[in-house]
Amino acid sequence: MDATAAAFIGMGLCALGFFGAAIGIAYVFAKTIETVGRQPNAEGRVAKYCWIGFALVEAVALYGLVLAFLIMGKIPG
Amino acid sequence: MSQENPLHHFELEPIVPIEVMGVDLSLNKAIFAMWGGMAIVFILFMIVVKGGLKTVPGKMQNIAELFIEFIKGMVGEFIGKEGMKYFPFVATLFFFIMSCNLIGLIPGSYTITSQLVVTGIFATIIFIMTLIIGFAKHGAHFLSILVPPGVPKIMIPVMVPIEMISMLARPLSLSVRLFANMTAGHTVLAVLFGLVLSAPGWISWMPFGFTIVINGLEIAIALIQAYIFTTLTCVYIGDVIKLH
Repeated sequence: MDATAAAFIGMGLCALGFFGAAIGIAYVFAKTIETVGRQPNAEGRVAKYCWIGFALVEAVALYGLVLAFLIMGKIPG
Repeated sequence: MSQENPLHHFELEPIVPIEVMGVDLSLNKAIFAMWGGMAIVFILFMIVVKGGLKTVPGKMQNIAELFIEFIKGMVGEFIGKEGMKYFPFVATLFFFIMSCNLIGLIPGSYTITSQLVVTGIFATIIFIMTLIIGFAKHGAHFLSILVPPGVPKIMIPVMVPIEMISMLARPLSLSVRLFANMTAGHTVLAVLFGLVLSAPGWISWMPFGFTIVINGLEIAIALIQAYIFTTLTCVYIGDVIKLH
């Protein structure tokens, strides 16, 4: 297989990792909404952890994107 | 409209070429963006402090106090009472990263935190700082951070390499998180703008609307990423001071 073609396929496959991150982000926010629904008083404290959790989960998705850029940088020519 | 490489707008050309003994120190957009970020934070705080701080704060002093209280709360929560001596460093880190992230969103400007070199240097300095703090405070006993509490003696030879890898993963993940978030955001914006320009006129309002939404998301991400970087820095410093 041509190296450039394989590189493009590899870059596309890196996008599969975003699926897990989407589920993770949905889980974090679903739990936050549920917690606020059970005890509206806790919103202030839970919201802080919600945003920290979101950023950490999103970071893993972006590690996959960085891999795609790394592969793109190695395309010959 | 030819589709350019979406990473092309991360490239820098020297605006004021300066060459010192073979080292290329020329001024380019990134340097000006960095200076702009520092200047804005400095000028804003100088305006607040000029003429002395009043006991009943005015508008600007109120906003500055909001930020300072926020960071003091973060430092106090993760590092504890003796963490107040790290407060200037943490506050500087937060404001610098936030202003650099936000300045990158001005059209035509450059986000320096979207370069792995910049975020890598931040994370490396913070990691070395935690090592120095740990060894200065606890001496050789600092190595007990590699053994989590409540581990049976048999498991220690297995746990130590794993904990070492986890410690080394901290600066790596810290730098890559900020770098990847900023790069991905700007690349998505570049690709969407290319889509707006290359789509026929009757449909180009759709990607344009999406671009507006993504721009709003980028502003939120810029603030959140600065907050996350600072929070994790406080967590790592607190970890090293408290040793579990």
